[in-house]
Amino acid sequence: MAASETHYQAEPADARIVEPLDMMTLIYQRRSGITHMVGEPVPQMLEEMGRDAVDASTLAERLAASFDLGGQDDAVALIAERLEELAGLGLVERISDA
Amino acid sequence: MPEFRVQVGPAAFRIGSAWSAPLEQMAELYRDYPKPDFTDFTVRLEPTTWLRRWLRPSIAIGGDYMLPDAAPLPLAQGLLAAEMAMNLQMALGWRRHLLLHASAVERDGRVLVMTGQSGSGKSTLSALLGSQGWRFMGDEFVLLDPVTGQVAPFPRLISLKNSAISAMQAAQRDARFGPLLAGTPKGDIRHMVPPPDAIAQMAQGGAPALLLFPRYGYPGAVREVAPSETFMRLTQASTNYVALGEAGFTTLTRFVKSVPSRAIDYQSGEEAIALVEKLWERLA
Repeated sequence: MAASETHYQAEPADARIVEPLDMMTLIYQRRSGITHMVGEPVPQMLEEMGRDAVDASTLAERLAASFDLGGQDDAVALIAERLEELAGLGLVERISDA
Repeated sequence: MPEFRVQVGPAAFRIGSAWSAPLEQMAELYRDYPKPDFTDFTVRLEPTTWLRRWLRPSIAIGGDYMLPDAAPLPLAQGLLAAEMAMNLQMALGWRRHLLLHASAVERDGRVLVMTGQSGSGKSTLSALLGSQGWRFMGDEFVLLDPVTGQVAPFPRLISLKNSAISAMQAAQRDARFGPLLAGTPKGDIRHMVPPPDAIAQMAQGGAPALLLFPRYGYPGAVREVAPSETFMRLTQASTNYVALGEAGFTTLTRFVKSVPSRAIDYQSGEEAIALVEKLWERLA
């Protein structure tokens, strides 16, 4: 599955300000000046990624330790989908296909 | 071009007009306000064409910031044109505060902020509270200081619309009112001079303590508003959130995280004031 092999890298943590508010988390991206409102598991994904280049299955594995994402296959698909959305927003970058 | 200068809260305006009548009305209504010797914004009231200065005079608004498609107003509504132009300068040009389209009143150094759509009653409520033990801080813009998080007053003339005009004339018998401007794009409008304490203390801010989203015309109800919903609604109510960048974000998140927020429905001014007092006692 090509999508799950694509690697992604988040911007450095100081490129954004993260403010959790009840059900949502606000992410202010300094580079664009855009405020994003995101829900789980997006803030957890960014935190878990740090500056590592990761693919969806690696990230799903890491998140599984602290976060209930349902079954493993579902989790990888969900994370892959979220990573693509984050790449579209510019909060993570597609690095390469492994 | 004859001109008039006035300071409202932190903002200094210079209003020039091709006609003297709107300036004379402003000079009278703003007579107790400071006259600044500097200018933040310049506003001009000009004829739409040279002929329109005399023949069915028609006012175009000019100034530092403009809306290209703003419809001209008849000369009889010159005061409204000037007020709209001053609001427009603030909305588009002010950078020293985060601007929220909201009204505010203060008591004991703490501020009640009210925001909502046009017709929600936020302006009328702030005027009513301003005559009942609260200090009126503004009915159009709430100015949040990015450094301190405090609300700075912007007590311009109170713009009363339609049924609020007679309600306030009954409630505030000794207040001063501008001319009745009938048939404006927003119906009948009459400006009211804020109470003397609002003008005398217009350099004095306060800490925001309660945010309300009033809605007029529905049976009395109170609903808690989550911070995320509040944040979203306030970004929509702000005219310069995007322009302020990171300062806008940090100012608004601080406000949302520290100020309790409720939506209130009401059917009369009395009902609203009773609700406000109850919520203030409990939450602020």
